[in-house]
Amino acid sequence: MADKIHSTKFQDKMERNVWALLLTLMLVLSVGGIVEIVPLYYLDDTMEHNARPEILWQPKEGETLADWKPGDGIRPYTGLELWGRNVYIREGCYLCHSQMIRPFRDEKERYGHYSLASESIYDHPFQWGSKRTGPDLARVGGKYSDEWHIKHLIAPRSVVPESIMPNYPWFTENMLDVARVTAHLKGMQTVGVPYTDEDIAITAAAVEGKTEMDAMVAYLQVLGTMAKLDHGVVYRE
Amino acid sequence: MEATDVTQKYDFNVVRWFSVATVVYLVFGTFVGVFIAAQLAWPVFNFDSPYLSFGRLRPLHTNAVIFAFGGCVLMASAFYSVQRTCGVKLWSNKMAWFTFWGWNLIIVLAVITLPLGLTQGKEYAELEWPIDILIAVVWVSFTINFIMTIATRKSSHIYVSNWFFLGMMVMITYLHVVNSLAIPVEMFKSYSIFSSVQDAMIQWWWGHNAVGFYLTAGFLGIMYYFVPKQADRPIFSYRLSVLHFWCLMFGYVWLGAHHLHYTALPDWTGSLAAAISLAMIVPSWGGAVNGMMTLSGAWDKLRTDYVLRFLIMSLAFYAMSTFEGPVMSLKVVNALSHYTDWTIGHVHSGALGWVGMVGAGAIYHLLPRLWKTEMYSAKLVNMHFWLATIGIVIYIVAMWISGIMQGLMWRDYDEFGTLTYTFAESVSAMHPYYVMRTVGGFIYFSGAVVMLYNMVMTIRQASREPQMHTATAQA
Repeated sequence: MADKIHSTKFQDKMERNVWALLLTLMLVLSVGGIVEIVPLYYLDDTMEHNARPEILWQPKEGETLADWKPGDGIRPYTGLELWGRNVYIREGCYLCHSQMIRPFRDEKERYGHYSLASESIYDHPFQWGSKRTGPDLARVGGKYSDEWHIKHLIAPRSVVPESIMPNYPWFTENMLDVARVTAHLKGMQTVGVPYTDEDIAITAAAVEGKTEMDAMVAYLQVLGTMAKLDHGVVYRE
Repeated sequence: MEATDVTQKYDFNVVRWFSVATVVYLVFGTFVGVFIAAQLAWPVFNFDSPYLSFGRLRPLHTNAVIFAFGGCVLMASAFYSVQRTCGVKLWSNKMAWFTFWGWNLIIVLAVITLPLGLTQGKEYAELEWPIDILIAVVWVSFTINFIMTIATRKSSHIYVSNWFFLGMMVMITYLHVVNSLAIPVEMFKSYSIFSSVQDAMIQWWWGHNAVGFYLTAGFLGIMYYFVPKQADRPIFSYRLSVLHFWCLMFGYVWLGAHHLHYTALPDWTGSLAAAISLAMIVPSWGGAVNGMMTLSGAWDKLRTDYVLRFLIMSLAFYAMSTFEGPVMSLKVVNALSHYTDWTIGHVHSGALGWVGMVGAGAIYHLLPRLWKTEMYSAKLVNMHFWLATIGIVIYIVAMWISGIMQGLMWRDYDEFGTLTYTFAESVSAMHPYYVMRTVGGFIYFSGAVVMLYNMVMTIRQASREPQMHTATAQA
């Protein structure tokens, strides 16, 4: 009775031997992930800058982040912006705001040019988001003044009465710590973001005496402004 | 007496503790859910406090319901059913206790760190690196104990519920380890080693399979043990279970990319995921049919057995949300539904309807058996059933309306060819539905409170009548 095979030989083996079942599962479960993730690392058309290198900022010999100008191309965040991004992540902004504009007519009119993969190349982790309880922020940089952002972050309903965003009054109270910002930039270096040692060296002066509000505004204002994108060019199929 | 031997024969104490923890976390997790739902309806509930603001509490809600409630019910039922189906004690009772305390320590750490804003910034994988390491260790201890218990079994074949549990354990280990790879810069801050497209793909490979394996395969394991047990009938079809098991294991892994339609992720990846998503209706419904048809010829049991109602209703919601999911993964539907509340509604029909109800059904099955008594009140079980069902329906209807409305408002053009609505107008249009969602969530939460009360009274009742059992055990 116990020797009778109720299904196929293979299935019977699986049901009698937990190690065979475990091994088979380990193989079966690994296929989908490998097929979908690994090619993204070597297919050239995954990242748009492979075909159009001009969208990434290429610093000349001796240039630092301080020499970059808007439109020069996608670059790593400055220490101040990086800290703003940390605050953005800490407060869970990504749970209500996306940073990924889809190639639709209404999104183009509402938010701007569709987002490119290369634009988040220095984002560890990515912040594309999955929900728009609030609007997309991928190209919010330059749309509003610094004063508007400060007012809006402290009390959103003072400028947008319909808003349901929480108030963030503590941003103006918290000061940045130069040592921590520097350590974080070095961490980003470790995960592969091309900061030069000079980039890190100039950070101390740039974040000294700044608040989280300054950092947050700096981050929001740079979003989507790094590369100058041409509406006539097809960056992605 | 036959029945008294069971508790002597198996390690049930750790299952008891996991069961109690499950119900406590269900109440806690749904409470936080109702609170953040209220914040979206009335932002004043953020109280201008960093520790209570929506962005920090939403991860607390998702972690509490997925990892605290979901994790404890999975561990309770896996540790219980693996012993019953294998006819042996746990391989290591000590290790099971390590899993219990380790898992609860993780939950406590989550409750402390998330409101402090310590997060990796990846959805459903927010916990920072020291906690991630702890999760990996505790999860592997759970897995090893489970496998070794099966390896020492007395039965000839491994029962179907155990295949599903095992599949979940392997896949969650893969997902958690890969998605959490990061370089620490501080005690509670790290940077993911991935960025851009690759990070997005890995994140949603994790995100969708946390649903597919943790909340689906694992809970199918629960279904395959508890539905036949509660109905007192064998599972409808063995063949179907074999077929849908392997299809589910192979196929589910591919679906993550359908969360990234029309993004900067290459089109081939999303299309591949959408195609397989559509095909996944078959194995998903295979499981739902197999569970429901187990009752064929005994549907009258639903009239008297309230626990069975939970289990069967959960399968109905499972069937519904595994139909809705593939529909939403189609690019044409996704173009409208993505970024809207429809996704939130879809998740909750699965989470409240399938996971919550099959989990509650399993715990209701366990409580009288673990404490060797009757449920304190069958009426309250029925009351919980109706509160849960009504709560879910209100919740998902609210999210369907608000989600589809958002999608339509955002893409609407007037006769001059300009966008009809500002974003802010779409936000204010959501208010009534956000209120409705809060009400639905509150009703579901009150059901959980009823369950907690019923459980406490059942355990108290059991502690008042222990003499009889110890007497027979000694005899």
